[in-house]
Amino acid sequence: MNRLFKEYEIGGFFDEMFSAPGMVRPHYQRLTRRFSEMEDGEFDRKRLLAEKSYLNQGITFTVYSGDEGTERIFPFDLIPRIIPAKEWEHIERGLIQRLEALNLFLHDIYHEQRIIKEKVIPDEIVRSAKHFRPELMGFDVPKNIYIHICGTDLIRDANGVYTVLEDNGRCPSGVSYVLENRQAMKRVFPKLFARYQVRPVDRYAQDLLAVLRHVAPHENPDPTVVVLTPGIYNSAYFEHSFLARSMGIEIVTGSDLLVKDSRVFMKTTKGLRQVDVIYRRIDDDFIDPTVFRKDSVLGVPGIVEAYRKGNVNLANAIGTGVADDKVTYYFVPKMIKFYLGEEPILPNVETYLSADDTDRKFILENLEKLVVKAANESGGYGMLIGPHATTEETEKFRVAILADPRGYIAQPVVLLSRSPSYCDGSVEGRHIDLRPYILCGEKTSIIPGGLTRVALRKGSLVVNSSQGGGSKDTWVLDEEEELQTQSQTQTQTQAG
Amino acid sequence: MLSRVADSCFWLSRYIERAETNARILDVNMQLMLDFEDQNPNMLDQHWQPVLATLEDQELFSKYHEKITPEAVMEFVTFAKKNPGAIISCIAAARENARTVREQISSEMWEQLNRTFLYLRDGMARADFQDSPIDFYRGLVDKLHAFQGTSDATMIHGEGWDFLQLGKYLERADSTSRVLDIKYHILLPRGEQVGGHVDITQWMAVLRSCSALEAYLKTNVGEVTGWQVAEFLILHGEFPRSIRFCANQLNSALHSISGCEPGYFSNEAERLCGMLRSNLNYATIGAIFETGLHQFLDQTQLALIDIADAITETYCRWMDT
Repeated sequence: MNRLFKEYEIGGFFDEMFSAPGMVRPHYQRLTRRFSEMEDGEFDRKRLLAEKSYLNQGITFTVYSGDEGTERIFPFDLIPRIIPAKEWEHIERGLIQRLEALNLFLHDIYHEQRIIKEKVIPDEIVRSAKHFRPELMGFDVPKNIYIHICGTDLIRDANGVYTVLEDNGRCPSGVSYVLENRQAMKRVFPKLFARYQVRPVDRYAQDLLAVLRHVAPHENPDPTVVVLTPGIYNSAYFEHSFLARSMGIEIVTGSDLLVKDSRVFMKTTKGLRQVDVIYRRIDDDFIDPTVFRKDSVLGVPGIVEAYRKGNVNLANAIGTGVADDKVTYYFVPKMIKFYLGEEPILPNVETYLSADDTDRKFILENLEKLVVKAANESGGYGMLIGPHATTEETEKFRVAILADPRGYIAQPVVLLSRSPSYCDGSVEGRHIDLRPYILCGEKTSIIPGGLTRVALRKGSLVVNSSQGGGSKDTWVLDEEEELQTQSQTQTQTQAG
Repeated sequence: MLSRVADSCFWLSRYIERAETNARILDVNMQLMLDFEDQNPNMLDQHWQPVLATLEDQELFSKYHEKITPEAVMEFVTFAKKNPGAIISCIAAARENARTVREQISSEMWEQLNRTFLYLRDGMARADFQDSPIDFYRGLVDKLHAFQGTSDATMIHGEGWDFLQLGKYLERADSTSRVLDIKYHILLPRGEQVGGHVDITQWMAVLRSCSALEAYLKTNVGEVTGWQVAEFLILHGEFPRSIRFCANQLNSALHSISGCEPGYFSNEAERLCGMLRSNLNYATIGAIFETGLHQFLDQTQLALIDIADAITETYCRWMDT
């Protein structure tokens, strides 16, 4: 056994790499062998090499403290997370099913509202959702696709079961790290890739562009597609620019666009040029000061009118936030049954609604055991992790829940699976999740894997980058590779 | 191309060129000081005043420093973030512009620029500066040249490229005119004659700061006079930092953007640039000295400002609507 893993402790969690102390799961065996061939200091050298390449490429996000924003790299852990082909096939089917149901739900909610009439979801839950947009009632989006790009967060529980933690159906970010992490790994461990059959992720940008072109207004066969960013000071600007470059399209800010005669144009050196599809990385609230937040300077006045007239399409559609509300989340398994007549392939985490009287009573009695989440927050904010919280924090949430029952949900603390990660000179188990990116166009597709986020702080369950999270490269293996690994294991076993 | 992107390419390039000019001027001035080591220290400090005058930094400088010393001037023009004209500020501004046009420029260009920025920001630059300022400034100019070379070799020579050329040659024409003008601000020490030892050394410094000494000596064998130096730096047809050369490049880039035939104009920027270009193509150094060198350079700088304004008006007029 390699030095790096010699003192590794599984610690009562589901461990991605070890099935028992010293027992490496088959799909990780080549990796641990490669790591055991490393000379002293080689791992550290590789780690610094990767870090430097991120810094030089400017793959950074901005953290604001004091008057000067500092650029940080998103910590990258060199030990990859590996998913066998069979597991991935299961995840893939589950995610496609889920997104299909969410898109049917959104169409229904903005049209007949059958799901409410048939009492599967209470009317007030939808109406009170912060991101429900009654302005768009009755409006038909091209090809009936609302969520074109979805980032669904998956975790594995104590038994290793893949479970959905939340859906991000507005502007999910992080996919650029999936692609850049892969580049970094290839640079640092070229030989390892030659030995493993890892499914490639490079086609994401081309798939995304195909989706955006597919949903152009008026079936335009040659639409002008752009990425709309809040600007270089946005923490995800690197990603916006990365995607625009990878798709070979323009990246624009709100002030590069203007609306004339209900059509959207960009301001170019050759005059005004019409824009057909906008991959917008600006939330609904900020996209049009004449319709939503009046103080927004990031958006484009009049763009919603152009959208409603069908002269421009937005991805994702306006109003998808009602589907990734954490209270709506509770109903997704019911939606799957209602719209598709199928059982959910991927389960939800057990969830209590504080809007429900019985559930609320239970939540308030068990605050110190539960995780409480604000229905409309993201990025790891607005969250109470009962067992780790102070009495003061717990009491704050108690008051908040009583004041706004619709605004919160609670879940038992899920013991996220752990993966060996490099922390200050040794390898220790750290909790991880997985965010695959699902694209819905002519067909629904997912690049193999996604972003594995890792909570680098010891004991932490929060993987968000703003809260000390990092990421890992995620390898989905080819079926062939897996067979090879299995037969090898068997041979080894037979040989004793 | 988006007007904002064109504007950013233009400024990105101007800032890079401006940083290079600063580095050259400081390098040369420092060498010049070495030639005059025997003079009294107060006199030597006086030689740093023209640097500030050339870069139009005097007013801000005096806000922060009571006295002109070589250390204060070098610090102010190189590392002082509060000085928007300092090398570090120019590189930071170039990088900010590059960040907004990452999809236009090549990744190699971005990385070259980003590395230069990190070098200046993270203290490595200061260590090099303390070891040897001259090597530091040369190294910096090399890094910026590497950016130019990388751009040439990796970026599509399309519209974005043309806007980079506009920024580069406009800024370069302006800085050559300023460097030449530096001589106007330098007073000859008491008892020194025009054409004397000190005068010649100063003109040679002017040539050096434009990397023009060797090229000049090939054209004007063995002789350095103010008249000939000015002729070389203003009117030479092939030297890449002469004002005439820059005006011709500016003109080509403008025509490449609009597609307008050479010799005609399709917008105000082309008209003004065409006029500047003919002025330089048909000027003689005699006529220039008759007007007065300083006046001529002043007019040239004003013409360059008008061209820059016209470029903005022509290509970015939607930007603020």
